[in-house]
Amino acid sequence: MTALEIKDLNVWFGHAHDRVDAVKSAGLNVMQGESFGLVGESGSGKSTILRAITGLAPHWSGTIRVEGEPLYGAKRDRGFFRTVQMVFQDPYASLHPRHTVDQVLSETIRLHGLDNIDKRVTDLLNDVGLGQRFRFRYPHQLSGGQRQRVAIARALAGEPDILLLDEPTSALDVSVQAEVLNLLTDLRSQRGLTYLMVSHDLPVIAHMCEQLAVMRSGEIVEVMSSETLRLGKPNHEYSKQLLNASVAPHQ
Amino acid sequence: MNLLDIEDLWVRFPTRQGVFDAVRGVSFSLGRERLGIVGESGSGKSMTGRAILRLIRKPGIVEANHINLEGRDLLQLTEREMRSVRGKQISMVMQDPKFSLNPVVTVGEQLMEAYLQHNSGSKSRAKKMAIEMLEDVSIRDPERVMRAYPHEVSGGMGQRIMIAMMLIPNPNILIADEPTSALDVSVQRQVLNIMDGLVKERGMGLIFISHDLNLVSEFCDRVLIMYSGRIVEVCEADKLHQAQHPYTQGLLNSLPRLDDKRLHLSVLTRDPSWSDAPSVRG
Amino acid sequence: MSDMTLRQWLLTDEPTSRRHARLASLYKGWLTLRSNSMAMVGLAILIVLVLTAVFAPIIAPQDPFVQDLSSRLLPIGSEGHLLGTDSLGRDILSRLIYGARITLYIVALVALIAPVAGLLVGTVAGYAGGWADVILMRITDIFLAFPRLVLALAFVAALGAGIENAVLAISLTAWPPYARMARAETLTIRSTDYINAIRLQGAGPLRIITRHIWPLCISSLIVRVTLDMAGIILAAAGLGFLGLGAQPPSPEWGAMISEGRRFILDHWWVATVPGLAIFAVSLAFNLLGDGLRDALDPKDGGQ
Repeated sequence: MTALEIKDLNVWFGHAHDRVDAVKSAGLNVMQGESFGLVGESGSGKSTILRAITGLAPHWSGTIRVEGEPLYGAKRDRGFFRTVQMVFQDPYASLHPRHTVDQVLSETIRLHGLDNIDKRVTDLLNDVGLGQRFRFRYPHQLSGGQRQRVAIARALAGEPDILLLDEPTSALDVSVQAEVLNLLTDLRSQRGLTYLMVSHDLPVIAHMCEQLAVMRSGEIVEVMSSETLRLGKPNHEYSKQLLNASVAPHQ
Repeated sequence: MNLLDIEDLWVRFPTRQGVFDAVRGVSFSLGRERLGIVGESGSGKSMTGRAILRLIRKPGIVEANHINLEGRDLLQLTEREMRSVRGKQISMVMQDPKFSLNPVVTVGEQLMEAYLQHNSGSKSRAKKMAIEMLEDVSIRDPERVMRAYPHEVSGGMGQRIMIAMMLIPNPNILIADEPTSALDVSVQRQVLNIMDGLVKERGMGLIFISHDLNLVSEFCDRVLIMYSGRIVEVCEADKLHQAQHPYTQGLLNSLPRLDDKRLHLSVLTRDPSWSDAPSVRG
Repeated sequence: MSDMTLRQWLLTDEPTSRRHARLASLYKGWLTLRSNSMAMVGLAILIVLVLTAVFAPIIAPQDPFVQDLSSRLLPIGSEGHLLGTDSLGRDILSRLIYGARITLYIVALVALIAPVAGLLVGTVAGYAGGWADVILMRITDIFLAFPRLVLALAFVAALGAGIENAVLAISLTAWPPYARMARAETLTIRSTDYINAIRLQGAGPLRIITRHIWPLCISSLIVRVTLDMAGIILAAAGLGFLGLGAQPPSPEWGAMISEGRRFILDHWWVATVPGLAIFAVSLAFNLLGDGLRDALDPKDGGQ
């Protein structure tokens, strides 16, 4: 079953002569349980696609279907929020500075209309590899990796099927990135999640995803499997350039 | 004689919960070579760079046996004397040109100011030097860029302007603190090649501070790996992948690689003895 | 936990409950404030003010309203009148002490009305955007344009003079800057990832404004109110001076200055003493406000 289907997506900001087309005619399909990567440099429109899906980028045209249900404009209902969730890029900006971890998770669980809050918070913290010691800390008492785990816990609180990951590890140290990526890998296999992951880092995408799309200036220039990427056989000129730039000469 | 000789550098910050040591007894020297300092956040690498230029303000405390610039101990200089060192003898390129270039002053004025700060001369001479410098960093239309404001140029170009600005007074040493971390992958190598070329051409010393091991190994001769305020290993850049220290190996192994498909990335297990062991001399 | 001192418990990096987290956070804020000695001076003066107001009947040596025309205009240090007497023979020290109550009353009322109104208007305007923003901000501009004294005069003409009307007039002209400030903060906060994240959990605007935006606006509002207090006290004193605020025989400090104005050359203390009191309290608020700003600024990131 197709978890996410995007056809002919255009996303723009501003009107008339101020209009900027961030995404042009983009299309991709993500199967259930699959991990799909969106790769591109800054300004390629990859994060904008995620925002259009979540309703954070209101001006778009084309088709977006989540588990078969079409989406419109910026309004999303509760059913959507229990199906699709997002993990943001900057761990230092995605947690409210005055709320403890406990408040963040409890509020999220409550908003999803679930009960048994205390147990759920405990379980979530365990699932993302944070113990109970972190439950009542404020964000400034957590490291970047810990904050990102809390953000992942928050995303999982509503038991979603699909996770949108916006450069989840680009602000983290290399060793912490490895831990968080491993966590995401494990969570996906344990919960049967579907991932749409955005990054500028080719090796990270190749590691985490089975399929990927390369974007440049708002357009998808190529869709390929990560195998193709590993074998160094992308078709499009730009994909090849990106691949060359990502690999140091002696690697 | 070495360009720079640092002996037993300590950088401390008093906090409510006690004194925090960001750099703990680091010693190394720099010749006319490219030296990389690699570490994760909290390793003390940026603090080391800033301590050399004495940019750390109270309540931070900088202590060392000496920080010798061509024999002269920088710690003994007054602030006024340091000002003639900064820019003229040691320059620093920082991470994001958005934050290190003045947004309300044109590029040309900033370059000219950088020149006139350490050279007497007319404005027209400064302008000429600025344009030459922009050509040296491969900016094709220097006249136009001179009139532009920092927000009107791309990230890569901004960083090249930053390099131009830092090299215009012709320093002996350039410290580059994560110079390409804010740039796109395709632009990174281009900017680093330009920086590298200029450093070689002028016979300068380069200290390249970064978290990216692979990038540093490509653009440096020697690499210092820092952890928890100390240097844990020193190696030749081309022999980085034969590194001995478990931390360095751990860092290299935890990176995802295109040529190595695995389910899980290997995770670094930190050994407390790494931060207890004395700093290796670099 | 039994081995830990209270201080260690409060300074911990690992709170064990919601209450613990809140207390620890407040304690750390208190420590930052305490390290600012000027702010502590300000706080001390304000504590004295509050205690004076509360215990006025016990502290004041005389009745502030009793007139004794045979002891008019006695100088400082006179028998039984430590700070002298005014033109009607009333003890200045006692009037000063009872006047503290009025000052505190004005401060409390304005501090309750103006910032709260400003917070409401500003956050709603900032979050809603569009027409709501335009309309609310234009209303704010209208109130901002009102000169305080003219508005006070209008109230006096319509409703009669008195301290409550003076407070109302001051509040009505004091709230617009808070609205502007709250709106500016809301605009910044609105586009952050943590607000986007809570929107993605299905939170509606009411929850977002009250539980996410207000906690972040409140610190700057508190700082701003404290720094504005000086101006508010002076405004009330000014209105009292003009006879538009507290009415005689009320021992409001501004009115006391007004009454003593005529004697300033020969009997300077009648006007100067209440003036010094206003100065001390205004200075105290300013010092405290500066200290609060350092203590309340959200400190993100590590050490």
